[in-house]
Amino acid sequence: MAGKTLYDKLWDDHLVKQRDDGSALIYIDRQLLHEVTSPQAFEGLRLAGRKPWRVDANIATPDHNVPTTDRDKGIDGIVDPVSRTQVETLDKNCDEFGILEFKIKDQRQGIVHVIGPEQGATLPGMSIVCGDSHTSTHGAFGCLAHGIGTSEVEHVLATQCLVQKKMKNMLVRVNGTLGTGVTGKDVVLAIIGKIGTAGGTGYAIEFGGEAIRGLSMEGRMTICNMSIEAGARVGMVGVDDTTIEYVKGRPFSPEGETWDKAVEYWRTLHTDDDAVFDKVVELDGAAIQPQVSWGTSPEMVVGVDSAVPDPEKEADPIKREGIVRALKYMGLQPNQKITDIKLDRVFIGSCTNSRIEDLREAAAVVKGRKVAAGLKQAMVVPGSGLVKAQAEREGLDKVFIEAGLEWRDPGCSMCLAMNADKLGQGEHCASTSNRNFEGRQGFGGRTHLVSPAMAAAAAVTGHFIDVRELLN
Amino acid sequence: MRAFTQHQGIVAPMDRSNVDTDMIIPKQFLKSIKRTGFGPNLFDELRYLDEGKPDQDCSNRPLNPDFVLNQQRYKSASVLLARTNFGCGSSREHAPWALDDYGFRVIIAPSFADIFYNNCFKNGLLPIVLEEEVVDKLFRETEETEGYQLTVDLETKTVITPSGESFSFEVDDFRRHCLLNGLDDIGVTLEDAETIRAYESSRRKTAPWLFNAGN
Ligand code: SF4
Repeated sequence: MAGKTLYDKLWDDHLVKQRDDGSALIYIDRQLLHEVTSPQAFEGLRLAGRKPWRVDANIATPDHNVPTTDRDKGIDGIVDPVSRTQVETLDKNCDEFGILEFKIKDQRQGIVHVIGPEQGATLPGMSIVCGDSHTSTHGAFGCLAHGIGTSEVEHVLATQCLVQKKMKNMLVRVNGTLGTGVTGKDVVLAIIGKIGTAGGTGYAIEFGGEAIRGLSMEGRMTICNMSIEAGARVGMVGVDDTTIEYVKGRPFSPEGETWDKAVEYWRTLHTDDDAVFDKVVELDGAAIQPQVSWGTSPEMVVGVDSAVPDPEKEADPIKREGIVRALKYMGLQPNQKITDIKLDRVFIGSCTNSRIEDLREAAAVVKGRKVAAGLKQAMVVPGSGLVKAQAEREGLDKVFIEAGLEWRDPGCSMCLAMNADKLGQGEHCASTSNRNFEGRQGFGGRTHLVSPAMAAAAAVTGHFIDVRELLN
Repeated sequence: MRAFTQHQGIVAPMDRSNVDTDMIIPKQFLKSIKRTGFGPNLFDELRYLDEGKPDQDCSNRPLNPDFVLNQQRYKSASVLLARTNFGCGSSREHAPWALDDYGFRVIIAPSFADIFYNNCFKNGLLPIVLEEEVVDKLFRETEETEGYQLTVDLETKTVITPSGESFSFEVDDFRRHCLLNGLDDIGVTLEDAETIRAYESSRRKTAPWLFNAGN
């Protein structure tokens, strides 16, 4: 018999029941909750008179709606009454059902996908769900992590299980070593550029190869985070020393004998040498340039040294139409050089890129420089209160502030602009987030997805520039 | 959940691929803590010329005359014909809630994003995958014939055109069963409560760190 992939192992370990029709009940070790996709789930529980199956498997925090300024005011600092109700509703629900919540004034509050790993609430080999498509982030720890809808949130609350069909296995292997200034973000954008936004639909993707092994946990989280932008609900990286080192000593991590036992198990969480994937995609890591998205879908991405595509050269009529529509929305010309795109705002943050390493990379670029005169705003939004505190201990906040960037409080912020941080109509933004859909960062706003280092470089020059020109 | 057996209705053609859930229901409307009332804001940014705000009366907002659902002939559509990768992006269930609240019962496309596809079934909405050529043909027929209707039969897993042509589609048995009978997933799963408990207690022994409530 052929060996198992990491996904096969995780699936088998969480399988509660295989049903005759191919669907299965998968046990869920951890559910993360936030204010946007949970209210209707709690309401559903109440209406049906049900209780959560296992209260201690859940952790909640408000992140999407929280303001990134004036946080000492707590909930009263949320100006929009509808946003405030949503955050209050989460508090009420967690209190009623006894669920651990890092509330708005708790230093442990942050973006769900940042706080899980930070607390050790995300451990290798776990099955994790959250009512958010970027839950794939946690796959970086060798976890089976699914983004789910609100009905499924309710289902997991009530039964601790998810109804799932097993997906197919895909391996994305990134060979070689990445160049200087090239990060996990560039790797994942290059992957999406190659396989397309539906390339991973129906698959669980494992990211492997030398370039992935060489990445820190932060870099791996960035890559798994954007699996969904390649169409895959699940993304993963096998466990190695880097994983175990990261997990050690965190509040929810095991200790003593249990730790040893856990590590022994975690060491088995990688794909067997003789396992077979349904699909394998390979990339040469050394050839990946810093990436910049030019369009309204994450697959519309090129290297910073390239130009905006010309629809005339696209043979497929549906794709051509898509390029024309995207260029119109983005206000760009065919064949325009990426480095000629002028920016209005810069956003460094989101569950893709708001961890300490991301902030260090951005700070290294802006240090001793100033935000370009033409820019309306450049802001840095750390992923959690603890990331913020760590950055401040390292003096990164001062580096940003001296360069003219705003240093904010943690939350999703301008990633989806549900709070007050948003783009104006027609404004171009260099953003470290994960989606460049029309209107994502504000009505009529134009998002360009980049790495933190590239966003920082754009902040100090006012246009896109190959960050490697500033790094020497 | 509302059961779905058969449906006949007017078809509206949404001729673009990769329609994402941000487009289906923009984020400012996700602030609601209810499941209903999203219909007037379905495709908000495409449908209206101004910027939509939550809790606003939409009846006086300027409509985008070019948007398909604003054309008189598609006003009462309940079947949405779409292109590849429909429903990509965010996991928000507000997307099927909005489609449902507007009055759609069926969405036909050559492919769907996984989470969206899944979310539809939980809300009595039927997503149907048909081959690209078939979808092309349906687009042509819809555009050519005003008042074009399709009949969808979940029992026999077929889509029937006005000329009587029929196309069969796949849907997995469990989902079909739940939809036909309007069954609540949670209730079905809880029938296996004993199995879940047994799994849980064996995991508590073999992997106790998974049950650590933190310190
Ligand atoms: S940072 Fe953006 S993508 Fe991530 S959870 Fe928040 S809104 Fe979603």
